[in-house]
Formats: sequence, C-alpha cells, structure tokens
Amino acid sequence: MIRRAPRSLGEHAPILFPALMLVVFFVIPFGLMIAVSVARRIPGGFYEPDLVLANYERFLSAFFGGVLSFSLELAALVAAVAVGIGFPFTYRLARLPRAAQVRWLVFLLSILSLSEVIIGFAWSTLLSRTAGITNLLVAVGLMAEPQSLSPSFGALLAGMVYQAFPYTVLVLYPALARLDPALVEASRTLGASPLKAFFTVVVPAQRNTIVATLIMAFVFALGSYLLPQLLGRPQHWTLSVLITDQAIYQSNMPFAAAMAVFLVLVSLALVGLSLLFGRKEEA
Amino acid sequence: MSALVLDGLTKRYGSFTAVHGASLRIPHGQFVCLLGPSGCGKTTLLRMIAGLEEPSGGRLLIDDRDITATPAHKRDFGMVFQSLALFPHLSAGENIAYPLRIRGVPVDERRRRADSLLELVRLPGMGDRPVSRLSGGQRQRVAIARALALEPKLFLLDEPLSALDAKLREAMQIELKQLQRRLGITTIVVTHDQREAMTMADLVVVMSEGRIRQAAPPMEVYRRPADAFVADFIGMTNLLEGEVTVPGCASVPGGELVLDGLPPHGRALLSVRPEEVLLHPATGAGQGAAANRLSGTLSFVRDLGASVEFRIDVAGREIVALTRPQDRPLVEPGAAVIVEIPAEACVVLPPEGRAS
Repeated sequence: MIRRAPRSLGEHAPILFPALMLVVFFVIPFGLMIAVSVARRIPGGFYEPDLVLANYERFLSAFFGGVLSFSLELAALVAAVAVGIGFPFTYRLARLPRAAQVRWLVFLLSILSLSEVIIGFAWSTLLSRTAGITNLLVAVGLMAEPQSLSPSFGALLAGMVYQAFPYTVLVLYPALARLDPALVEASRTLGASPLKAFFTVVVPAQRNTIVATLIMAFVFALGSYLLPQLLGRPQHWTLSVLITDQAIYQSNMPFAAAMAVFLVLVSLALVGLSLLFGRKEEA
Repeated sequence: MSALVLDGLTKRYGSFTAVHGASLRIPHGQFVCLLGPSGCGKTTLLRMIAGLEEPSGGRLLIDDRDITATPAHKRDFGMVFQSLALFPHLSAGENIAYPLRIRGVPVDERRRRADSLLELVRLPGMGDRPVSRLSGGQRQRVAIARALALEPKLFLLDEPLSALDAKLREAMQIELKQLQRRLGITTIVVTHDQREAMTMADLVVVMSEGRIRQAAPPMEVYRRPADAFVADFIGMTNLLEGEVTVPGCASVPGGELVLDGLPPHGRALLSVRPEEVLLHPATGAGQGAAANRLSGTLSFVRDLGASVEFRIDVAGREIVALTRPQDRPLVEPGAAVIVEIPAEACVVLPPEGRAS
C-alpha cells in the first residue's frame, strides 16, 4: 500500500464524513457550552451572553475544590479496582475454551444493557438491611443482625466498579487473547512460579493496555452521576452530580457549563496522556 | 551416571493419545533430536520433559530422581520456544538476565553474566537493544542465551530454527551443535527437518503417530532403519515388497533378489537407498534374468547438480536411483535399462502394520 499524505479533496473524502460528524456533534456543542460557561446568569431567570469568568472563579472555592478532588480520587479508585479485578479475570478468560469464553462475553455484554438506574437500585437493594446480603450472613451465623450497607462509600465503589467492569474486560480482552502463551511458559521454565510469571511477564508486557484501560475506566467513572446519588451519601457526590444539580435544579446553566467544560478538559488531557504513552513505546 | 530417563511417558487428550508410552534413556551430554512429521507427538513429548504438560502416565527421571510431578519452574531446564517467546518489554540483555533476576541475583552480577552469555552466542555489546530491533538470527541467539543463563541440566529446543531462512538455518545448526559440544550440555531438539536432525544429533529419535519408531545415531537410522516409516521419512528410499519363495531369495516385481536376513518364508519388505541402486544400459538378451538385476524402462531423468536422479519403471513400480554426474550411465528416457540392487544395499524391514 502506498503511504502518503492525501492531497486532493477526493483523497480526503473518506475522512470528511467522520470529521463533519465530529464537528456537528462534538465541537459545536462544546463551543456552545464554553459560550454558556462565560455567560452572565440572571438570578431567577436564565442567562444572557457575556464574557464573565465568575463561574470559573466560584469553582475555585474550597467546596468545589473538595468535590473535584473527591471526584478524581473516586474515579481513579474505581478505575484501579476495575482493572485490578478485570485484568486477572480477563487473563484467565482468554485461556478458557472458546465456548466458555463466548458465554462469559455474552454475559458481560448483557450487563452493558442495564441502565445506571437499574444497577443503582439493584445494588441498594442488595446492600439494604431488609433484603440485603447481610440477611444471608445472619442466616449462616456470621453476623448478629442484618445491617444496612448502603448508602456508603463502599456501596458507591461497588456499584461503580460493577458498572465499569464489563468495559474494562472488553478493552483488555483483545490484547490478552493475542498474548503468546509461550511467554508465560518461557518464564516458567526460567524459574518463575505461575504467580511470579504473571507479575514479571504478563503485567509488564501489557503495560500499555493496562494504562489505556485505566484511563478509559477513569474517564468513564468521572461521568457517573446517578450512582453517587443512589448509593452514596451527600459527601460522596461527584462533580457530575453537582453539574446536574446546578443545571436542572438550580437553573444555573453558566456554572454547570463551566464545571462541564472543566470535566471535558480533564478527560481530554488524560486521553492525550495515554496517546503520549503509546507513542513513547513505539519509538 | 547422570542421565535422563523417559519411562513410558504417555499423554492423552480425551480419547486422543498424543504420546504412547515413550521410553528412552538419554546419557549425559548427548545431543538428541526428536524427529517426525507434524502431529507425531514430538512437541508434546518435549513439553512433558519441560514440565509444561502433565503426563497422563509414565515417569520421568533425571539422575535416578523422579521429577514427573516437579513443576516446570523447579526443574532447572532451559527451553527455547518455537515462537522464541522473548519478553517484549525487556531488552536483549534483560531477557537473558531474567532468570537470574527471578533467582534474586544482584544487578551487577546479572549484568556481568548477561554480557558473557551475549559473547557466548556471538552478540557482544547488544545487551541494550530492544528485542524489536533484533534480526531473526539475533533473536534466536538471545533466546538460546536466555535458556542457558541458569546453566541448566537439560537444554530443550522446540523447532528453534523454523523461522529462519534456509542459509541462516544451516549456519545456526552448525553453530548450535558446536555450542552444545563446547558446553557438554544434554540437549533435546524437536524438529521435522531430517537434514537438521542429521546435522546436529548424536541420537535421532524418530517418532510417528505418538510412538517412538527408532532411537539411534543418525547414520544408523539412515543405514539400518527400523521400519518402513523410518526408512521413508529419513531421506529418500525405495520400498520393495517381495515374497520369499526359496530361503534367501525374495521375488520382487521385475525379478529376484538374493540376500541375507530374509524371513524364512512369506512376505518381505525391503528398503534400498537410491544412491546404492546401480543402473546399467540393457545391452543384450538374458541379462535381466540374473539375480539382483531387474529390468525396467527409464521414465525420467533430472539433474540435481551434485547428483543425477533417475526414475525407472520396473514392472509397474517406480524405482529411484541416484548417481554422481561423472558416473552417469549413457541412457535416455524411454530406454530399456537394468537396475542392479546389491545384496548389501538392502535393508529387510518388518512387514507393515506390525506395531501400530
């Protein structure tokens, strides 16, 4: 195949359509959002076009700073746990017989069809005092009386990991399915126990995949706004919850837009970081 | 005396048996080639020796110690994989030092040993190269050096040279053999290439359909094949089916052969190497009736450079003869010829279908 930069309009054609879609559905809305984020809010009303940075200034307060750092930490923790469970899981999955792999993947894909609302209520029921898993623990005698485990940070983390898990598996699966099984065998013959082989060969050989999956799960978790309300206490509310709150209940579109712009910028910065990682590896 | 003993090693996958009770004794310092067509169980046998496959039956002993149940990482065997399995995240030197790192050898010592191993495989100063920047032959050498880093008791190679082009492969065969001789390490190589086996091995183990057919030095396998499969697989051969009517004389299509070692009566299977078949122009009548001389028609001639190959139709069966160009008889395709098969050139094989 000839590899050179496209010159004429015709040669650019294949990329024109996606480029157009990107402009219409991403660049324009994002531009509107930026415009709104610097608009002036009319108390009790809506907003009028302006160029004020008050919304960004307000954002720098201790409260929002705290929410922001909590959101980032929560998303990072969710990503770490999801990949921490998902990576060994996918590694084992990719070594199962074909039929078993297909069953697992279909099962995981079916989780993707559940909406965030259903996941949230399912987990809050599962962790409730009246119908939750603590009743099981009481039944087997491990616990004196049933407890409510939700809302709590643990419940929130569990729900968000549950939601992110199928995505991490689907991102990790192709890379781990392609991994040469001889790599692990080689490390075994060179004196590594199965566990040591996993940590000294499989994990480092898949470093790029792991980093990319972490970033994907992180960005994904950053956008979650229903689960924090369903499974967490108010102090566990993330930036996404506040954006919803400002936009819908407080009718403060400019401030909501400012926070959203910030969230998009953080997401973009992280995607850029992952691309940088990939390039460094190729060089 | 230290030796590796395979005692009835068997591997079954469900109803399929990949290796049927392989028994073999490999003395210390031998270079062994497991040779056979693909699917004959040679790789499975090697993987059982390495501890990567669990045998369904039989035992594996090294220096009279049973290691059948010892996991791969406690066997101290070095192995080179068909895909080489170099760790992509490590440089050439780090790959070689990997087993030392696993054993907790200090960094300085590791570097020193990796450097000397790189020198051993004639890649001095290449330690910092990423694996992706090495050529096929260089990767091969790194994989060999890595497998030798722990000074293993046994050096195992699974089709190690199959990815290389023909010239490089020949060079590496000779180099590998020299390296093995220098280190005196017991080595087992899996290959489907009989030339490769002949080049390197002290002991060739011919396998087919999960069974060891013959285990002998290369020239013995060539000269005295144990059965028709071995005779046919190692080099080219003419297989002649005959019937012993008079003791010491077998009638084959196109004539009679007088030779030793024939069964007293019944069917006999003979193997004759093409280079031992003599070819004469048919000059007169009565010649074809003599013993060990079959008359036929020359059907095809081709020059192979170092030798000339003749294909002769003898009573509907094809016999192949090879001569040196300077010994080439003056015959053209279509001519009537006499094929002489000296008694000492014939190997009497057990009749087909005996073992399997």
